[in-house]
Amino acid sequence: MAEDRRDRSGCTSGSEPIEDDLDDNENTTMVGSASTLSSRLEVSVAETEKRSGKNAMNMQEMFTVYLVETRPMEALAEGRNPAPDSLWRRYSEFEVLRSYLLVTYPAIVVSPLPEKRAEFVWHKLSADNMDPDFVERRRVGLENFLQRVTSHPVLSHDNILYQFLTEEQGWKEAVYETGFQDKADSRLRALSATFRVRNPDKRFVEMKRYSDELQTHTSQLLRARARVADRLYGVYKVHGNYGRVFSEWSVLEKQMGDGLQSAGHHMDAYAASIDDILEEAEHYGDQLKEYLFYAEALRAVCRKHELSQYELEVASQDLVSKKQQREELATGSVRTFSLKGMTSKLFGQEAPEPREARLHLLEEQISEGEEAVKERRAECQVHVGSAWVDVLRFRQQKDRDIREALIGYALMQINLCKKGVQMWSNTKECFLKM
Amino acid sequence: MGSRWEAEWKHSCATAALGRGGVSPADRGSCVGTRCVADLSGEVLDLEDDEDLEVFSKKASRASGRSVVHPPRSMVNQYRLEEDEGGVTTKDIFITVDHPESHVTAIETFIVYRVLTRTTRGDFDSSEYEVQRRYQDFLWLKGKLEEAHPTLIIHPLPEKFVMKGMVERFNEDFIETRRRALQTFLSKLAEHPLLSQSPQFKVFLTEQELTAHKKQGPNFLSRVGAAVRGVTFSVRGVRSRPEEFEAMQEYADHFGNKMASLDKITQRIVKEQKEYLEELSQYGPLYAQWADLETELTEPLRGVAGCLDLCGRETEEQLHHLTEVLEPTLHQYLLCADTLKTVLRRRDHIQAEFEAKNDALTSSSSSKKVDLETLKEEVACLEERVENANTALRGDWSRWGGSMRTDLRDSLVATAHKNVDYYEKCLAVWETFLLSQKTPPCQEEDGAHPTT
Repeated sequence: MAEDRRDRSGCTSGSEPIEDDLDDNENTTMVGSASTLSSRLEVSVAETEKRSGKNAMNMQEMFTVYLVETRPMEALAEGRNPAPDSLWRRYSEFEVLRSYLLVTYPAIVVSPLPEKRAEFVWHKLSADNMDPDFVERRRVGLENFLQRVTSHPVLSHDNILYQFLTEEQGWKEAVYETGFQDKADSRLRALSATFRVRNPDKRFVEMKRYSDELQTHTSQLLRARARVADRLYGVYKVHGNYGRVFSEWSVLEKQMGDGLQSAGHHMDAYAASIDDILEEAEHYGDQLKEYLFYAEALRAVCRKHELSQYELEVASQDLVSKKQQREELATGSVRTFSLKGMTSKLFGQEAPEPREARLHLLEEQISEGEEAVKERRAECQVHVGSAWVDVLRFRQQKDRDIREALIGYALMQINLCKKGVQMWSNTKECFLKM
Repeated sequence: MGSRWEAEWKHSCATAALGRGGVSPADRGSCVGTRCVADLSGEVLDLEDDEDLEVFSKKASRASGRSVVHPPRSMVNQYRLEEDEGGVTTKDIFITVDHPESHVTAIETFIVYRVLTRTTRGDFDSSEYEVQRRYQDFLWLKGKLEEAHPTLIIHPLPEKFVMKGMVERFNEDFIETRRRALQTFLSKLAEHPLLSQSPQFKVFLTEQELTAHKKQGPNFLSRVGAAVRGVTFSVRGVRSRPEEFEAMQEYADHFGNKMASLDKITQRIVKEQKEYLEELSQYGPLYAQWADLETELTEPLRGVAGCLDLCGRETEEQLHHLTEVLEPTLHQYLLCADTLKTVLRRRDHIQAEFEAKNDALTSSSSSKKVDLETLKEEVACLEERVENANTALRGDWSRWGGSMRTDLRDSLVATAHKNVDYYEKCLAVWETFLLSQKTPPCQEEDGAHPTT
């Protein structure tokens, strides 16, 4: 289907006009960015629940399900407040959805899911997947994921995505029917394969380098942040001991007793305050993590380009050598050293019939090869075009989001400082009464 | 001797200033009878009141009214005025300890401090003195004062070189901490109504050479000397300690425990804070490194790195306060608790001596009359000594209590203030950053505006 050219505003690669050629997947549509799913549907992940059931090995296990709610935007715009449609999804189903999207849209930097297991935890933060705080943060992360994909100019039109949001039962069948599973495996193989590509698009080479560095920086940052949180926790908690000892001491003293005791209470409060502070700070950690995982998605898109380019180069090379063979066969001249050439020189040329048969075969192969090269080139160009647009979109999004995250971080610090001022002012007042 | 003491305390009572350097309950100072005790209703050290001891029963809850006292408020507040950097401004004498210098001799290396005294006291010939003193000299002074006043509470000296802290004797921080403690020691002496009049104190502040004076002095093997060194040669301990001193003992024990705890907690906070600072110093620069990778984000990322750096510096300063102000004060009062116990022991010893002699008197069969008379005299003398010791201790206990309260309160207030200051400064740092990030709201792209 024809692509709305407005979407390609960022394309500077000079590639030919893109034709949308994504497999025969009936589930994909390319429509103008103006009508993403999110403009028609309000999506949220509203609740969580614990369930138990049998797993693949027929053993009883506990797992969490998430309530995906949708409401038509139109109704909301009119001021009505209809009850949402809803269905329950497990984390593993989200993983299947994302896997499908990754395979189906190799030119898109697909939003990541919240982490499977808690990582970069400072020691008091639970690493348990069933921990309510972790589940809550995951709920927020899943909602974020859905909101991102439903507002993506390309992904939001995917039918499987729509079914994920609206059909509790039928979705699984539909997604497996697309046969994405096989492609998922070969995609993974390709991602880790080593091959030498001669002429990749420089922008993608640069982007891949960027994605690696982004990954490094965000993971270092997350690790250091967790260590700082740990230490800060320690500092605050030790102050709780002041609370205890001031209280004990206040018993001994007549004059200072009141002041000491109330100061002690403030110290207890101070020590307790760090729990909430650090829990809230996890939201910032989650924002950083999202971009840590995004870096991986960005890298995958760049790798896909390398792969396409490589396959094009291989096909081109193959065509060139086949053409060379044809020329040698046709003219009987040997341009390059070959065993065939030597034997024909020594033993004379072959009989005409086998030679003609071989020529004919070669011609067929060459014509196939030319088709192949044409296809590969088109694939490559399509990918470059779409991918670069999405990379630019991603970059803008990242700049916006990270800036917001940093502002949020500053706000958290300000909040922490204000609390500190208040607590120590109160404590000072108590001490003055001693 | 005894009456002179009483007269002095009476005088102090009558002229005791009311200002407590801050907050004080309504004036309740008065003199009750001939024995001057701070009569503070509710705080009174009333010996008939058994309620006193409830405080120390294990079941005493915080909620129940704290009964007695220990220690009552200071009666000599007139001697304590505001503190400034150099030392304590008293009415008439001002002492600083500074300029630590290393002295090397063939035998040893040691630190010498300059002790500078400015005074308007009439009993000093000049108004300014400057002498060189080493730690040993301070020890000498303390020893002399303890000899002369076994039951007065003398502010502790900083400890001798201690191995366990792995502190090098000539390490800068160690020397500085010691210097301050030595200054506090002398300032406290100057504040003390009795000790400040001691001749050895004057000698210490004024004489260039102490060696001559060190050789003089009462026989060290005198009983008082022995008591000072904590060696009780009398076979029996004190028979019955008066309740008031019993209560003091309990207070000293508990107080000592609390100070030890607070000292330890503070040290722990310092340790945790240092580790926090260490991690922070690794964390901040990571933002700057990331900034180098980016284009649009460079500025805010660098901004955050800058904020973290500034906050780190503020944290360092706050740390200095803990190690230089709060910790030393707590530590000194931990040592004070030991002083209290020692003083009580000495008092007990004095009483024991009297009891021993008294027993000898009452149990001895009337042998030679001459011996009996001498014995009676000795007993009377010892009895008077007990009276004096008790009075001195009682009075000094109350003085010490007030001083302790002021010192600890001031340190704690200063610490809380420093913390408020710290958070306010960090607040300003982040608010400045936030202001720098205020940009006009960006245009929303059609349908492609992701929600976070």
